[in-house]
Amino acid sequence: MLKKDVPQDSGMSEGLTEVCYAVGEDGRYDLVASSGWEPKNITNDQAWDVIAAQLELVRAEVKAGRVSPLAYHMAKHQMDVTLLAQYVDLWRWRVRRHLRPKVFAGLSEAILQKYADLFDVSVAGLRDVATVDESYRPGKDRLI
Amino acid sequence: MKIDFPHRQSAHCESGVTANLISHYCQPVSEAMAFGVGAGLFFAYAPFIRLNDLPLTTFRSLSGAIYKRAMKELGITVKTEKFRSPVAAMAALDEALEEGIPVGLQTGAWWLPYFPPAYRFHFNMHNMVVFGKEGTEYLISDPVFPEPVRCDHENLMKARFTKGTMAPKGKMYTLTAVPEQLDLASAIKSGILAMTKAMLKTPLPIVGVKGIRFLANRLEKWPRKLGEEKALLCLGQLVRMQEEIGTGGAGFRFIYAAFLQEAAEVMHDQHFLRCSAAMTNIGDRWRDLAVMAARNCKGRARAEDSYPAMAAVLRDCAEQEKNLYLDLAEIVHS
Repeated sequence: MLKKDVPQDSGMSEGLTEVCYAVGEDGRYDLVASSGWEPKNITNDQAWDVIAAQLELVRAEVKAGRVSPLAYHMAKHQMDVTLLAQYVDLWRWRVRRHLRPKVFAGLSEAILQKYADLFDVSVAGLRDVATVDESYRPGKDRLI
Repeated sequence: MKIDFPHRQSAHCESGVTANLISHYCQPVSEAMAFGVGAGLFFAYAPFIRLNDLPLTTFRSLSGAIYKRAMKELGITVKTEKFRSPVAAMAALDEALEEGIPVGLQTGAWWLPYFPPAYRFHFNMHNMVVFGKEGTEYLISDPVFPEPVRCDHENLMKARFTKGTMAPKGKMYTLTAVPEQLDLASAIKSGILAMTKAMLKTPLPIVGVKGIRFLANRLEKWPRKLGEEKALLCLGQLVRMQEEIGTGGAGFRFIYAAFLQEAAEVMHDQHFLRCSAAMTNIGDRWRDLAVMAARNCKGRARAEDSYPAMAAVLRDCAEQEKNLYLDLAEIVHS
């Protein structure tokens, strides 16, 4: 790749430039700042679209009362049951049970607090089904 | 508390951290040199390893291998520690900083607040150097960022103890003994040999040049086997792995070409320049593939962007890479 061909297609990076290695006219390699590349932007958007679509599905499931709000927070943080169980230090089967609305409704304050701390929400917020209606765009909005 | 540490932005976090740490203690070493000496260039297509439910392709050697190998080849002693307790891990970090020692950390990307949202994945093989602390904030040389960044105590602790595959477990590393003069020539030779051996002689069909051909065969069948939609997702994943932040372009092929140029200078051998130019051409071919694949993902594929056409580009890359690695092995041996 020649220096003059280093792409500057900003998109996903929020103005963050990254380093590309490119050849100057003298044939020497040099580090060149790039603000992005269209094929990268396209494929990154693709990945985030998949995540957003999955989150949308989970949101609908929560609202229909088929899964607990915990499922929404799990999906929002791109976690699966295995990863979430590791974070809250519980068996996987327990976390899986907590995804059932009935079981979730009867959870102790202590268990809920674990989830709430991890997802940085209040226990009340975690319980509240309405939180799934928040506007959150995966890959675009900040979580922390 | 701030150590005078040379922050240089690099393409890839691990080779960047390696190069910056070495440069802090002795002569300046470039990222490309650290990458080449660490035999970072690699290829494997592992369809049975799933990342976001899609097959994994890697263009670099295993995480941690580059820095380990580079340090060993250059005769540098490294102290590596892992921790069970996050509090102890942070205390050890503070202690080292108090002594004026810059500390390399392996962390997850998820909890780092300075990462733009589009880069926030559960990825546990990120590397950085902590070079100071002000109040509760750590001063960090994160090699993929243009300027040094800051992170608060709480989030850095979380980032050091992310869960999931390849969890860092608070891993930190410091250089303890560095030779006065680095023997680059012998390190370059052995780095190149290790790379050519991995790419040409690994007895697995999914690794090295054979792996590229294997991917070509699989890719050709994606639309038929997986359906059009899934095939596009696989293509997208391939481009992301090849071009994601940290590769310097074309799945590390351009960084390696830069390394070969430096090798020519150190070894006073013009043959490496020819190899560098060949590697640049190979990198350009990989970029062609990314453009074709992305056009497919965007629904703007032209007739010449078909799956067989993309497979042909891959086979071309495989053939050219094979010739180059044979060439390199011969130059280094002679």
